[in-house]
This record gives sequence, structure tokens and C-alpha cells, in this order.
Amino acid sequence: MDKLRLENVTYRYDVGTAFEQTALDDVTLSIEEGKITGIIGHTGSGKSTMMKLLNGLDHPAEGKVYLDGVDLNADKKELLSSSSLFEKYQNLSKSARKKAILSEYADFKKNLCFRVGLVMQYPEYQLFEETVEKDISFGPKNMGLSEEEIKKRVREAAMLTGVSEDLFEKSPFDLSGGQKRRVALAGVMAMKPEVLVLDEPAAGLDPRGRNNIFSSIVDYRNQTGSTVIIVSHSMEDMAKYCDRVVVMNHARVAMEGDRKEVFAHVGELSSMGLDIPEITRLAELLRERGLPLTDAIYTVEEATSALLSVFGKGGADR
Amino acid sequence: MKGFTLGQYYPGNSFIHRLDPRAKIILGILAIVCTFLCKTLFSFILLFALTLILAILSRIPLKILLRSLRPVLFILLFTSLVNIFMTKGENLLFEYWIFHVYEEGLWNALFMIVRITSLIVMTGIFLTYTTTPIALTDGLEQLLSPLKKLHIPVHDFAMMITIALRFIPTLAEETERIMNAQRARGVNFSSGGLFKRVRSLIPILIPLFVSAFNRAFDLANAMECRCYHGGEGRTRLNVLHYKAADFIAMILLLGIGIGLFFANRFTFGGMIR
Ligand SMILES: Nc1ncnc2c1ncn2[C@@H]1O[C@H](COP(=O)(O)OP(=O)(O)OP(=O)(O)O)[C@@H](O)[C@H]1O
Ligand SMILES: [Mg+2]
Repeated sequence: MDKLRLENVTYRYDVGTAFEQTALDDVTLSIEEGKITGIIGHTGSGKSTMMKLLNGLDHPAEGKVYLDGVDLNADKKELLSSSSLFEKYQNLSKSARKKAILSEYADFKKNLCFRVGLVMQYPEYQLFEETVEKDISFGPKNMGLSEEEIKKRVREAAMLTGVSEDLFEKSPFDLSGGQKRRVALAGVMAMKPEVLVLDEPAAGLDPRGRNNIFSSIVDYRNQTGSTVIIVSHSMEDMAKYCDRVVVMNHARVAMEGDRKEVFAHVGELSSMGLDIPEITRLAELLRERGLPLTDAIYTVEEATSALLSVFGKGGADR
Repeated sequence: MKGFTLGQYYPGNSFIHRLDPRAKIILGILAIVCTFLCKTLFSFILLFALTLILAILSRIPLKILLRSLRPVLFILLFTSLVNIFMTKGENLLFEYWIFHVYEEGLWNALFMIVRITSLIVMTGIFLTYTTTPIALTDGLEQLLSPLKKLHIPVHDFAMMITIALRFIPTLAEETERIMNAQRARGVNFSSGGLFKRVRSLIPILIPLFVSAFNRAFDLANAMECRCYHGGEGRTRLNVLHYKAADFIAMILLLGIGIGLFFANRFTFGGMIR
């Protein structure tokens, strides 16, 4: 079942001025439940814009966005005549149905941002509370949870993201960039969204910071079974962590598939200013030199085990 | 930011876009004088034609030019009504209860409409539509530079305005980003009582101020690293040069102004009182 679905979505900035620009152009895309989907594309290809539409922060000029089959931007008329909610309450009387549909949809809209948690690009700039703990609990507090539940969630999220408890009483403004990023991530994870959307979660971090962030995202997915969407510029990260890869180019979806399908189109990717992971390229070169490597090598770990199996078996006569 | 453009600058490369900003400021002033010189139907027709010609020369879509009239729509309506009903004249056209409408009143209303529209559209064409705010500040600084002799800190004021203008879009963008981030964490800005709404601004204002101050410190440091000491002996990146076209445009408009003044002698139709 598709968790999220975009249908013919078009989005424009600065409509009606000289600067009008189409940031998404007739995009149709499905996000599978429980998978980690990676979205990659060069600067300005519309990735962040798309993320903004997924939790109802903004609505497309044309087209529809669905979460679990419910339209995020349905107008009243559609709701009352043809939506999935309509089918659900079909056998009620007309006025009771109207009431039921409208109140359920209002609830749906209200909870949308808690169900689809969005971690924006450079989320560290959104920190504002006096202490780290308060900042992480800001989201859960807005959900109206009980004190205990909030405490529990904050602790869990901090553990997942590697924010140690002795930072809890510190001001978020006194943290390092990487620590701030983790606090911001914890602030969204503490809401326990069913869909976690991350816009460049590892931009500007050192290799260890990148790995930490990504492994906390994978841990979160494994613990909660959530759907995860990651926007990234790095093919290496895509290859390592994502089940599916979507390639954006000039406001459109250019390619979609698992990493093998996508990385097979080296030529097309490089014409879009993108690259396959370096380790894949290296494996290819080695294969050309006659090393019998398997063809699916996208991460250093895969390369290591492939090389070991080659040299482990017939290493002596090479 | 959606629908956000600083001022009304409409990018283009028309004859008017390319004029020197100082010349455009002077042209703007001349245009204002022109609108106030007009007194008779004939000169107002000429004024209207001048406005149209400038609009065509600037290659700015009419729709966008007319948009600048929206803020003064009420004033236009109000002055026309006042003119129609309050002007006393000789030629009574219409009378009802305490209302007397004279022919002169109708002419006055028409002339005021032409005058205000031309005024706004022409200054818009010369200044806000075709000149970036930064270029405008630059031009103003140069025009006012004789005041430096009187120890008025013209350069510093211009620098302050330039920096402020430069950062307005940045801050607006940042505000939107922070608002989105906090909405994603469940802040609702549009519901609840006054107190709740004001409270919901805190998660925006704090990050915004923090980043604005950081930016200010960074900028100050960067300027100091480049030995910025104010205007004394400073050369500029974009040196403004008057070109022949600038002088021609100014002389032309001056000529048109004088022409309009004499056009007032043709007194057919109505005239303003
Ligand atoms: N607030 C805005 N106002 C106007 N135009 C915008 C705005 N935000 C983005 N754009 C434009 O929309 C297009 C898509 O931008 P978007 O931020 O979605 O790109 P992106 O794929 O996320 O890029 P990056 O990898 O650099 O983050 C760009 O061409 C950009 O100039
Ligand atoms: Mg982006």
C-alpha cells in the first residue's frame, strides 16, 4: 500500500510576478509504506518544495497529495461527495454523514504535521527554548500528550539520536552544529511520526556525524516501522541507506526504482549533474581489469565482502 | 517567499532601465513637476500621452503598472467625489437636494484622476519599477554628496539603507522557513485567542533574532576585515557614469515640461480651478 502519493502535482513560486517559477512540474510519485525512500537531484530541482507539500505546510497549485488515501487539500465539496471518507460513512444519513466527514477531516488536518514529521533543511535554526530538553518536548507538548508520556518520548528520542542526558539542561544555542542538528532531529522524532521526512539531514556534517545521523534514522525506522523519506545530495548515502531512489531533475521525477535500477543509468545521471557512488565506479574499473566481482556493489562494505570472497577463494594464484 | 518581491522592481533591459539612477531621480522629479504644470484639457491630453509613451518605452506590462494604482484607488475615488460635488461653477448640470453638480466639477474630477495616475505611473516607471532599490540608494547618495560639505553623514545613511534593503528579503525568507519548521512541530498561528497567538510567535521570534544578530556580527566582522572605515576616500565597485542618453532624456523631459506649460494656453474644453 502506498503511504504517500503525489498525483500530477505542480507547484509554482511567486505566481503573477516577473519571478514566477515552476518548482514542481506534473510530478506523480508513490512512497511505499515502511521503506526508506531517497530523493536525489541537483540544487534547485524541487526536492525541498516537494517535502513541504507532504505534511500540508503548503498546497500544490495543481494535483493532489494523498496520505493513506486521504487528500491533504480536499475542498468541502469533494469531501462530501467523492472522498474516501465519503465511502466510509456512506450508510449514514446525509446530515450525520456531513458532520462525521467534516469532523474527521478536521482531525486529520490537525494531526497531519504529527503524522508526517518534517525535518527541514538546516533544522538547527528552529531551536528556541531555554533548554535542550524543553526544545525536544516542544512538538510532543503541542500534541497535547501527558507530562509522563512527553518525558518518556523525549528520553527515547534523545537516546536514538545520541543526545546525551547531561546536555538536557544546556541552552540549545550553546551546542555545536552537529549537536544542534541531533537535538532538532530528536524534536521531530519525539512526535513519533508515521512518516519521517528529512531534508538533507547530514548536510555540512563530518563523516562520523553523517553516519550517526543516518544510523539513528535507520534505528528509528526499525523500531517504529515508519516510512522514511530522505533528501540528499550524496549518492553514497543513498546507496547505503535507501531501499528506493527517486531522481529529480528540473522540477520533474526523472528516474525511480531501487538503487540497482537507478545506478545502471550512469550516463543519464551524469547529464543531470549527478554521479554514481565512487565505490561502484571503482568496482566497475576492477571488473574491466578482469576481477570477477558481482555487479551490485554500492557501499564500501559490499565491496569489502566481494573482494574478500574473490581473494579468499582463489587469492593464492593471483 | 510567495509573492514577495522587494519594492516593485521589474527586471528588464529597456531604454529606461538602462538610464543612470541619478538621471532617473531627476527625471522622476521633473515628471512630478510636469503633472503639476498641467491646467487645461489640451495639456492633460499631452500628459496622458506622455505617460503612455513612457509605459511603452519601459516595456513593463500594463497589468503590473496598473497594480501600483491599487493603494491610491480610494484616494482617487474620494477626490473625484469631492471634486464633483464640491466644485462651484457657472454651468449647473444636475441638482438634487443639497447636491449640485457643475460642469467644472466634472472636469476637475477628470483632471485629478489623470494627474494622480500619471504622477504615480510616471514616478513608478522612472524610479521603483526600473531601478533596483540599491541602485536608487546609490544614486541618491551621489546626488546628495554635496551635503557632505555640511558634515551631514550622507554616505553612512546610504550604507545603512543599502544594508537594510539587502537583508529584507533574506529575513523574510528566513521568517518563512522558521515558521514552516515550527508549524511542522505543531504550532498553530491562526487559531486560538489573542494571548495564544502572541505566544505562538515566540518560537519564531527567538530563532529569527538570534540569526539576525549573528548575521549582523558576521557582516560587521567581514566589513572590518576589509578595512571599512566609512565613506572617506572610498572608491566604488559600480561607478556611475552619465551617458549621452541620460542628458538627452533629461533635456527632453525638461522640454516637454516647458511645452506643457505653454500648452495651457489652448483653453478649449475645461480647465482646472
Ligand atoms: N521561497 C521561494 N521563493 C521563490 N522561489 C523559490 C523558493 N524556494 C525555492 N524556490 C525555487 O524553486 C526551485 C526549487 O527549489 P527547492 O528548494 O525545492 O530546491 P531543492 O531541490 O531543495 O534544492 P537544494 O538541493 O539546493 O536544497 C528553485 O529553482 C528555487 O529557486
Ligand atoms: Mg532543498
